[in-house]
Amino acid sequence: MMRTAIRMLIGDKTKCLGLIFGVALSTLLVCQQVSIFFGLLARASSVVTDVREADIWVMDPSVTTVDAPFALRETALQRVRGVEGVEWAVPFFRANVQVRTREGTLENAILLGIDDASLVGVPDNFMLGSIEDLTMPDSIAMNPAGFRLLFPGEELDVGRVIELNDRRARIAAIVDASPAFSANLSIFTRYSLATQYTNNGRNQMSFVLAKASNPSAIDDVTSRITETTELKAVTSDQFRLESILYILANTGIPVSFGTVVILGVFIGIAIVGLTFNQFISENIRQYAALKAIGVRNLRLLVMTLTQALFVGTIGYGLGLFAASQFFNWPSKNVDALRGFYLLPEVAIGVAILSIVIVFTSTVLSMRRVLVVDPATVFRG
Amino acid sequence: MTSSLETPTQPPEASASLAVRCSAIEKSFAAGEQRIRVLRGTDFIAESGKMNFLVGPSGCGKTTLISVIGAILRCESGELEVLGEDLRSLKNGRLADFRLNNLGFIFQQFNLLPALNAEENASLPLVAQGVSTSKAERLARVLLERLGLEDQTKKMPNQLSGGQQQRVAIARALVHEPRLLICDEPTASLDAASGHTVMELLRDVALEGDRSVIVVTHDNRIFEFADRISHMADGRITRVEHTHTGDVA
Repeated sequence: MMRTAIRMLIGDKTKCLGLIFGVALSTLLVCQQVSIFFGLLARASSVVTDVREADIWVMDPSVTTVDAPFALRETALQRVRGVEGVEWAVPFFRANVQVRTREGTLENAILLGIDDASLVGVPDNFMLGSIEDLTMPDSIAMNPAGFRLLFPGEELDVGRVIELNDRRARIAAIVDASPAFSANLSIFTRYSLATQYTNNGRNQMSFVLAKASNPSAIDDVTSRITETTELKAVTSDQFRLESILYILANTGIPVSFGTVVILGVFIGIAIVGLTFNQFISENIRQYAALKAIGVRNLRLLVMTLTQALFVGTIGYGLGLFAASQFFNWPSKNVDALRGFYLLPEVAIGVAILSIVIVFTSTVLSMRRVLVVDPATVFRG
Repeated sequence: MTSSLETPTQPPEASASLAVRCSAIEKSFAAGEQRIRVLRGTDFIAESGKMNFLVGPSGCGKTTLISVIGAILRCESGELEVLGEDLRSLKNGRLADFRLNNLGFIFQQFNLLPALNAEENASLPLVAQGVSTSKAERLARVLLERLGLEDQTKKMPNQLSGGQQQRVAIARALVHEPRLLICDEPTASLDAASGHTVMELLRDVALEGDRSVIVVTHDNRIFEFADRISHMADGRITRVEHTHTGDVA
């Protein structure tokens, strides 16, 4: 009877396609929006993610996100270094700056200053140049998206000079930094140079990055730093989470994306539900005939769920394929979309959602089949 | 046509076996705040191996009676024995199984599944019984060939004429070899020639073994195919004719 159920469904091509389209559209919409949502959250903590060497971030107690640091006194670095269990500690600078393009316009950029001596805090995947090139005078490293923003249509290159707060900066390297939340342009340079580019006064240090001498005692060291220095010390994972929570709490992103996701689910249920209901209505005499022949309600339910499963599987597959193509090509070629991926967790979650959509629609429509009077078939 | 008269529940020959025996059947339907009595103590019998016609004007209760006999509707009172089974004692699931295993239905509107071809439509009861699709379709094909549809087995219902569709419906009703065949106005949607052909096929193919056939109709052009005609009016069997004995009521 399962084959019969599928044949009944395929026999009505328009409705079959409508059902598949409904599931596919819903899958695409939800996959795309949820993936972008998670991509944005990942961007909110990308600066933390890119600092791979440090276990602990130390900051002013008022700081709740990596994108809004409050300057620390220079003595904070020595105080952290003096805490038992700290293997090393280095300064880290983060500020928003503006960069003048060749056309004379200004672009926002994130300026990250890393320790002059150790160069801790820069991502390790250099596309052009190397980390040692940052030791050269006025040298900076830039992400490829930033380079293309400043030099549109040109091949990635080193040696070019840009203007940062009226100061000269030479692009010595191109580094593949994770896309950031607040700007597409990320600039890495030595701490001493970064503070000169901003001229923010006496206190310049945004964070102290520290490494615990015993990797299994990171939590203990973090607590000890907080107690000893009265500064806020958190692990990298905690700070990444805090930065994400800050975005969730202080922007309209969750509401905006959540609304679209909910709409996607409702659109899916509406399209699939209405189409399926129409399909059932138009075939109600056939269902009644099957009941008259002696097919039990349970088997009719299984038949209908088979039809739902068929539609759901194909619709979900098509929607997922469309979503993967959306992220596949643009995320490689459009800088604004870098860092947005179709996560397996999202695909699994949307699969469950698709099952909910299809089965909710089916159960709502199925009631008519279960209650149809088989004697209907005797009426002309 | 010759015929004999009898009382509704009494077969003319003591040795004739009964496929259906209804006695004092009551059935009513709600219509607003009132209830309409459709079957009013109806007595009816159908003999095995015979074409049992049930005739009468529209609204007299023919369809309700065959729905009750066909285990599709439940009656409110009376005795109902079909193929030796007391249908009133069976629960809904068992009634469905009883229909699937013992009854065949032919409907006025054919009710073929439009997405299935003739062979697949005809094989449905066997597939529903759990027979493999290939075996069910093979048996359906044999039956369709007997019904003169050997070249039409792969055609969809909308590619068949009304008479051909009804022949597919006959194949569907007989493929699982039911002991009782219930036909509701089988010729009503057909022209005279097609209707005659369908009835001839029905008589030739359906009346095998001791299978009983009940035909509800008010098409008097096909009365010649009847072995027994029960006349119904106002929810009761008023007259029964036996067409082969020569008696006329």
